[in-house]
Amino acid sequence: MTTANTTADPATAPVLPRARRSRAPEGADIRRYTPLARAGLITALAVLAVLWLAPLFWAVVTSLKHEADTTVVPLEVVPDRGFTLQAYASVLADGNLVTWFFNSTLVTVVITVLTVALSAAAAYGFSRTRFRGRNALFALTIAGIMVPPQILIVPLYRQMLAMGLADTYAGIILPQLVLPAMVFILKKFFDGIPRELEEAARVDGAGQLRIFLQIVLPLSRSILAAVSIFVFIHAWNNFLWPFIITSDPGLMTLPVGLVQVQSAFGVRYAQVMASAILAGLPLIVVFMLFQRQIIRGVATTGLGGT
Amino acid sequence: MSAGTVAAPGRVEQPTAPRRGPSLVGGRGGIWFVLPFMAVYAAFVLWPLLYGLGLSFFDTSLVRAESRFVGFDNYVRLFADSEVWRTLGITVLFTIGSTIPLVVIALVMALLVQTGVRGQWFWRFVYFAPFLLPVATVVLIWQWLFSGDYGLINAALTGIGLPEVGWLTDPAVGLWSVVLLTVWWTIGFNFLLYLAALQAIPAQLYEAAEIDGAGGWRRLFGITLPLLNRTTGLVIVLQVLASLKLFDQAYILYRANGGPGGSATPILQYVYDTGFTDYRLGYASAISYVFFVLIILIALVQARLSRRSES
Repeated sequence: MTTANTTADPATAPVLPRARRSRAPEGADIRRYTPLARAGLITALAVLAVLWLAPLFWAVVTSLKHEADTTVVPLEVVPDRGFTLQAYASVLADGNLVTWFFNSTLVTVVITVLTVALSAAAAYGFSRTRFRGRNALFALTIAGIMVPPQILIVPLYRQMLAMGLADTYAGIILPQLVLPAMVFILKKFFDGIPRELEEAARVDGAGQLRIFLQIVLPLSRSILAAVSIFVFIHAWNNFLWPFIITSDPGLMTLPVGLVQVQSAFGVRYAQVMASAILAGLPLIVVFMLFQRQIIRGVATTGLGGT
Repeated sequence: MSAGTVAAPGRVEQPTAPRRGPSLVGGRGGIWFVLPFMAVYAAFVLWPLLYGLGLSFFDTSLVRAESRFVGFDNYVRLFADSEVWRTLGITVLFTIGSTIPLVVIALVMALLVQTGVRGQWFWRFVYFAPFLLPVATVVLIWQWLFSGDYGLINAALTGIGLPEVGWLTDPAVGLWSVVLLTVWWTIGFNFLLYLAALQAIPAQLYEAAEIDGAGGWRRLFGITLPLLNRTTGLVIVLQVLASLKLFDQAYILYRANGGPGGSATPILQYVYDTGFTDYRLGYASAISYVFFVLIILIALVQARLSRRSES
């Protein structure tokens, strides 16, 4: 249904942002409504926006205060002493946050690249080739969508201990490489690629690998971008598994390390908020840069199951 | 159907529609594309899945090397364990309490943004941005908002003449604080699913309705909401399955104590505590598997219901 939207224009991929389209959704025009209705709609939007922005606003304000001003009652938005970047400076000077940032980036990039590569290859195998047991293996893959990762933590932890992978990057990364839903989404997209293209290449003597790398992948840039972004968000924010498998602070990822900050900084609220904001910033920036692809990613990955 | 499939007028038609789907010409060697994924899948999903099932029949501990086969003992014990039922009840309560606002408010947000109001970019950003924050960031921010002495929420409540609430200390409220935080954090995902579905509704339907003189409410109840049925079904399924897996935010918010009076301990936290704090791995596995079966049952029931409503 909705996925047809994304399969329709593989060629127009991310390059050209269509400015007019992003201003208002197709066919919708606020001027259709009476002035009274319009005022009501905009008020409702604004009230929701204030509710959704207030927590972020308050976190930013707190992070910019002098420590002593964070516990002034009644609350004040602008303290007498003004604002300072002190909290950020001390959080960054502490060093742990920088380490966790590095770990998160490393782990997330490796997971994203490997997950997308493994899923795309498997999806190609399931979609465009024939081999014995293909349907059974695909059914087995799809069944994996039902498995909640949380029930695997106990056996996985024992397995990792046995393999000597506790407190290693490999231990953090390996169990996060399998997202059967991504295989499903990519297969659906590959299924829609016209087979003439591939047959022409075959006549020219291209093998499976060349068809995959030189025809199918380039045609799938938009869906690959969407899937990559989804995997990236998922891996960057994952908490439970990295939390279980790491005990060495030097190997912790950002979400895991951040939980330690709470106890380490005690009641220093400005520093706690500064760390929280620094940890949240990267994906917000990524979102601002790739809004279209992220929205498409959520839309397709979320609706992939229909 | 969608904008992309409508042929552009005046464009030269292709003689034959492109044939889609797999080609059977020389489709050999496919297994090599699937194998790397299957190897990782077998090692880190299928094997632990079986291994965990095996563990659940043993009295196994992290601290002792030996383990003893106990058959169904762990499962029998589980059904008599009041903590299992209590934490399961909390999980179900959370699921109901979070799914309703997460579906309804997300739909309202999407409908409001879809009216064509100016500044699409801004609204989408505001409603979706919290979804991008790591769970630890979200919890740290809300812990600060919920704080009794310096918290923004209680300050706002007293500001408008309402009594203060013990967000993190009152056993009657502890779980609802997790609900509030979760709604704020994750609504952007459902909001975008609805927005995508709304944008797939052809504008011609509205234009035709407008010619027939249908007003805004008629268009909403006559066209938009019925066409969203499938999406709503999907959003509810995804949300219920996601909410049942409550762990991260509750655990970080309250740490080991499970909230005021243990009022916000989800069943997955009981699994975690049993396995990693008490080192009773076999028993923890047994609870996991009962929970897994429950999730599958719910998914099957919902699949059955949505199939019936479609036909």
